[in-house]
This record gives sequence, structure tokens and C-alpha cells, in this order.
Amino acid sequence: MSEVLIAVRNLEVSLPDMAHKLPMGRAPMIHILKGLNFDVPRGSVIGIVGESGSGKSTLGRAILRLIEPTAGTVIFDDEDITHTREKSLRGFRQKAQMIFQDPLSSLNPRHTILGLIAAPLTLRMGRAEARTRAAEALEMVGLPANFARRYPHEISGGQRQRVGIARAIAQRPTFILADEIASGLDVSSQAVILSLLQDLVRDLGLTLAFISHDLSVVRRLCDRTIVMEGGKIVEDAGTAALFTRPSSDYTRALIDAIPLPVVDQLW
Amino acid sequence: MSFLTIQDLDVRLRGSGQRLLRGVSLEVAQGQVHGLVGESGAGKSMIGKAILDVLPRSVEIAGGRITLGETDLTALPAKARRHELGQRTALIPQDPLTALNPARRIGGQITDRLTRVLGWGAARADARAVELLDEVQISDPARVMKSYPHELSGGMRQRVLIAAAFAAEPELIIADEPTTALDVTVQKQILKMIAAMQAAHNTTMLFVTHDLGVVARVCQRVSVLFAGHVVEDADIHTLLSVPGHPYSQALLSATPRYDDPRASLRPVPQSVIDATRAEAEAHDV
Repeated sequence: MSEVLIAVRNLEVSLPDMAHKLPMGRAPMIHILKGLNFDVPRGSVIGIVGESGSGKSTLGRAILRLIEPTAGTVIFDDEDITHTREKSLRGFRQKAQMIFQDPLSSLNPRHTILGLIAAPLTLRMGRAEARTRAAEALEMVGLPANFARRYPHEISGGQRQRVGIARAIAQRPTFILADEIASGLDVSSQAVILSLLQDLVRDLGLTLAFISHDLSVVRRLCDRTIVMEGGKIVEDAGTAALFTRPSSDYTRALIDAIPLPVVDQLW
Repeated sequence: MSFLTIQDLDVRLRGSGQRLLRGVSLEVAQGQVHGLVGESGAGKSMIGKAILDVLPRSVEIAGGRITLGETDLTALPAKARRHELGQRTALIPQDPLTALNPARRIGGQITDRLTRVLGWGAARADARAVELLDEVQISDPARVMKSYPHELSGGMRQRVLIAAAFAAEPELIIADEPTTALDVTVQKQILKMIAAMQAAHNTTMLFVTHDLGVVARVCQRVSVLFAGHVVEDADIHTLLSVPGHPYSQALLSATPRYDDPRASLRPVPQSVIDATRAEAEAHDV
């Protein structure tokens, strides 16, 4: 077992630009990710930050092979997941989980919370076992047992995000990708969700990639941070060092633009 | 002498009578920027809507007074109130995309208020709009006047809305989370611009936001809201250095800070939430 859980090599993603496609002609390609290289060590928490359009979410989706890279490879747990057929990705699909900004908006509103957590598990185990495991996951994220029978629209934003986390950890993954999971929340729910995620990642020994536009959140949570701009990595450094001595002007500008709750910040 | 005065404002849901604002009082002196902070559902936007008389139909003002200068807005008949508000107030909304009509060119959307409410001629209104777009640092105002909203970036659209708000020289502007949808670097430019415009025009402002960092950049005084109740009203220095109310303290410790990560993102203790809710509800009886 190598120290590196995920190795990204020369990763490129290009998509056709349908807005500039001529009638009968081919659409020009937009290069969204332009040859990215980095490693995610086992057990680490890595932040991926950038402004809208920087390619951070596309990178997340390419790592999980939810979109097909145009070129390059992603090695997950010593296995090349970019050049295998979907069929042989079963193990990977269980080991690598994703939590979305609003995890329940895309799920069936007529299923109960417990049913939503158990559904993906039934592919691999019996219904009763799946429901037991789902109930365990619900407990791990600190939701009372009576939440199991509720429906997505009956619970608050912070609780929905807990369900999203439960749905991911119920799979017993080794890696979790969290994409802007605290962005729609109030500061108090944000603080609760982030400390819950932090505790679970530590207790379960998971590796976490945390995508966010918010550098102050990343500062608190991540060991290392990748800063993206225009589909490229402009900086990849330990989080503490990134904030004290950013090597790129772009990172500096991003940090300086964060308004602090102090009156004497130089702006 | 305060310019905008709100006294004991009660806003309730029609029918159930559920309280959305519980005896809110605040005073804003002429030329000051007053912040309204709190989490979603605290009632901060509701105050702005009550002032501008744009409350949702399901909601009504059940008591209290809103005074602008010498005018008691709540005592005026609806038509006179609308007239007064149209002449003297403006709004900078949160989402610059939905606030602009996608089927109309930018120019008309800025000059509407000047031609329709103030009765200016088209040429004069256009000239004023170009002047304002120039003031919000839009490089080619003549071209932007002829553009449609989708042709502009989010930051550009927000500048257009700022220009539109200041165009008729209102005495009071209500800014409702004007930078929440923007990237941080754009947010910084827009906040600086709002602060500069506010100072240049000496406009009184009510600034609604959930972000204490943003409040620190633009406001002189702040009201902290919880469950429709003002838990603390303090000048910005006091609020950020020695917050008086436990809820304000907790909100400050929950705010993410890159300069002090250990002291930030602390969950608000349930005991503080319960005590603050009890305090808000105590107002009801």
C-alpha cells in the first residue's frame, strides 16, 4: 500500500463550446483543465480552492470519473481509474464517495431519510443489512433515530448536509470528496457541519478533498491547499505556509480580498 | 438627530399571527451606514422590505412606526407612501441577474426611475445614466447602456444596479446582501465602490448581510438580529472587540477567519440559542 492514495497526472478536460458552434460546423473546444499534476497522500485533508469558473468542481468530478478526462490519468489506490471500463470500477465507486452542496435536491423526495441512505447499499447487500448500516451512519452524524422516517423537505439545511455525510460514510469509503458543502449554510450551521466532518474524517481515518471558494474555511480544515485559476494549479502548498507566504500573486489577491471581522483591516 | 427611525416595529404572518419582527427599534443618522446582521430567518431582510413597503402579501405590519426625516411613513395613506418612497429611497438587491429584466437593455433599466418617477426627459436621464456608469467605473458606458444583462459579468451587473440605485440621488439606500453572490475578489471591488459612492453622495444606508467581515468594511453601526428581535445594537468597534450579547459573541466565534483559524468556526452553543430565543419570545407577552 503506497503512501499516495490519489495521483493525478497531466489531467486534461476539454468540452465543446456549444455557444460558439457554427451551424453544421464543429464546436470549438474549451479547455477546462489544462494538464494538472498532484498527489493526495493517504489520510490527508486537501483543499481545492478557486473562484467561479476556475475548474475546481470539474477537477473533483474528473477525479471521481463522473466526467471523462480528455487526457491524463488518475491513479486511485494504485489502480488507474481513467482507462478502465465502468464495469470494473465497482470497488472504486464504493471507496470514493462524494458529498454535494445540496445533497438531497437530486434525490427522490418521496423516499425517507433512511431509505435514501440505504438505497446505494442495496446494490451490495440485503435490504435489512443496508437499513441497519444506514441507521448506524445516521447515528454517527448525530441525527436522532426518529429522523430515519422523515422526508428531505422536512429537515433544515444543516440537517440535510448531515444526511449527505451519512450517505457517504455508510458506504465505508476510504476517500470523500466534498464540493462546497458548507456554502449555502449560515455561519453557525457551517461551523457545526465542518467540525462534524473533521471529526469523522479523523476517527474513520479517511482521506478528504474539500472543494471550496472560501479560503478561511480551508484554512481551518485542510493540511494542504491547491489554488486553481483558469484551469491551472497556480499554487500547491501546506495550508499554513500558503497563508503566511503565498508564492503566487493570485493567491495573495484571493487572501487579501477576504473581509475579516475586524475594523482595522487594510483594504 | 436620526434620519431613519424605526420604533417598535412588529411584523406578523397574516392568519397565524406568527411574529417575524418583534418590536424592532433602530436609529440611523443622516449619512451613516447601519448594518443588519443575523442568520437566515432572523428578519434582517424583512426590515428593509417593511421600510420599502414591499412585504410579501402573506405578511403585515402589526405595529410600530417608520420615520424618514420628518415623515412618518407608516401614517401615510398607501399611495402617498409609495410616492414618498419612490422619490427618496432606493434598493441595491442581492442577485444582480434576477433583478434586471433580461429582455431589456441596461440603459432603460437605469433611467426608468428618473423618467417615470421624477419626470425627467429622456435625453437628460440618459446623460445622467452615462455619468453614473462612469462613476461606478464601467469603462465604456455608452456600450453598456445598449447591452442586455446576459452580456455582462456578475460584477458588471452589480455595478449597474449600484448606478441605478444612486441615479436619482435617494436619501436612503437599502442594500440587501449586495455581494453575497459574488467571488471574493469581485466582492472587494464592489464593497469599496459602494463605500466610495455612499461617501461621495452622503447617502444614508441600511446594509443587510450575514457576513460580519462585510459589516466591518462598510458599516459604522450594527444591529444584530435573532428571531426577529434586536439582541444588540452597537457601534462596529464595540461589536467586534467586546460584543455585549452572548449571541453576538457566539456569532463572531462561528465566523471563519484565516488569520485566527483556532478561534473561528466554533459552533454556536445550544444554550446560547435557547436563551436568545427565550429572550426574543419574552417580548411577545
